[in-house]
Amino acid sequence: MSSKDKTWKEISIAGVCPKSSESFKTGDWKTYMPILDTEKCIVCLTCVMLCPDGAINWIPDTNKISFDYTFCKGCGICANECPAKALTMKIDNTEG
Amino acid sequence: MAQQNKKTLAFNGDEAVAFAVKQCNVDVVAAYPITPQTIIVERFSEYVANGEVQTQFVCTESEHSAITASLSASTTGARTFTASASAGLALMHEMLFVTSGSRAPVVMAIANRALSAPLNIHGDHSDSMAQRDSGWIQLYVENAQEAYDSIIQAYKIAESCDVSLPIMVGLDGFTLSHSLENVDILSDEAVTDFIGERQLPQVLTHEGKSVPFKLDPKNPMTMGPVAFQNYYFEFKRQQEEGMKNALKRIQEVNSEFAKISGRCYGNGLIDKYKLEDAEVIVVCAGSTSGTLKVIVDELRACGVKAGLLRLRTFRPLPVEDLKNALKNAKAVAVMDKSMSFGGFGGAIFHEVRHSLYDSPVHPPVINYIYGLGGRDYSPSELRIVFDDLAEIAKTGDTGKQVRYLGLRE
Repeated sequence: MSSKDKTWKEISIAGVCPKSSESFKTGDWKTYMPILDTEKCIVCLTCVMLCPDGAINWIPDTNKISFDYTFCKGCGICANECPAKALTMKIDNTEG
Repeated sequence: MAQQNKKTLAFNGDEAVAFAVKQCNVDVVAAYPITPQTIIVERFSEYVANGEVQTQFVCTESEHSAITASLSASTTGARTFTASASAGLALMHEMLFVTSGSRAPVVMAIANRALSAPLNIHGDHSDSMAQRDSGWIQLYVENAQEAYDSIIQAYKIAESCDVSLPIMVGLDGFTLSHSLENVDILSDEAVTDFIGERQLPQVLTHEGKSVPFKLDPKNPMTMGPVAFQNYYFEFKRQQEEGMKNALKRIQEVNSEFAKISGRCYGNGLIDKYKLEDAEVIVVCAGSTSGTLKVIVDELRACGVKAGLLRLRTFRPLPVEDLKNALKNAKAVAVMDKSMSFGGFGGAIFHEVRHSLYDSPVHPPVINYIYGLGGRDYSPSELRIVFDDLAEIAKTGDTGKQVRYLGLRE
């Protein structure tokens, strides 16, 4: 425990979250990470809509898909649902 | 006192509860019927069908869903009610902890009933005693009148900002739930005025704003997503503080209610009957106290200094009140309508005896397990308890500390 952790008298009741979900970096939970084959990608945005963590973004300027691995938990929904089979789940060898 | 408009209706305990909930005009009722609580749900759904309340009534597919829907509604700031018993309450077990941990002031009536197996639909306290540590406030009532009064009081207790905890009001299955009594009712206006609007504690959101504790798109917040080694303990300590605050609040609400109704139940925590000079005292919860009061009167007429302590509030436990009320007794018997298998007597016995441990002088305390599965207990049987106490007071020999009343040996 860190000394900056608050006492029971200082925190809001019932576990009301003191921080935005953006400050919880869930990317280090993953075992597998989705890898996109841009050749196969048809930019249908299915993965963007289905990602439970909002970790997949569409870049309008380039009309491409980008993955934010800081938040991607590696659930694999995107790869499972991709109609173009452009996504494969590979072992995450990145640190952290 | 608003006694000019006094009105008396014939209700069984369940109907008295349903009528109280109707007068509270709660926002959401989510419930699933189970004997002996069924009448509560039936009567209330009639009120909904007749348009007598503005309540959103949710017929759920199980008790687990009933409590979950009640909790969810409560987190939006809605005033909610549910009711259950026995296996239904047992099925709620998981969500009872989530409800108290979420500080949702849900009010629930429990028509106390035995737990299977073997199957039994009759009254005892096995169901709610098994939920002792679920973080709910627990009141046990003596009669249908108190069931009605306590449901109204329950909102004012549970919704106090410094309490903010769910509350269960236990009424003995069949003995109270299905027995017709005269119940004095308050006017709808008196109930509305008494309970007032739901109070919401302030919390700090992730945006640093201090806002009322409720799910509201205008003030987004995340409630209890996860708290691990670094914070879970702190949240549990907060809950304990809510319970401590409830000790005071229950007494205040009991006094405030007396002002509008002329009725009060001891100090709200314990109900003392002829305890001032009592030498032999019986402690019990629920409807048995009605019979015990008659026995106390009979014994007093014979010169026996008998008294009754009815434990109305079991959680939070009124330790100081118990200590003070029992310190001068020569012998005490605690009645338990449930078993704690393999333990040292029943749940109330543990708590009462434990409360007295630190007192410099404390009386011998024995335990009676009785009335399981609706087993009848006659006045003559209950009188045996006082006879045993008189013997202990005389000889100083406690004998068996845990005993069974009305059991074929």
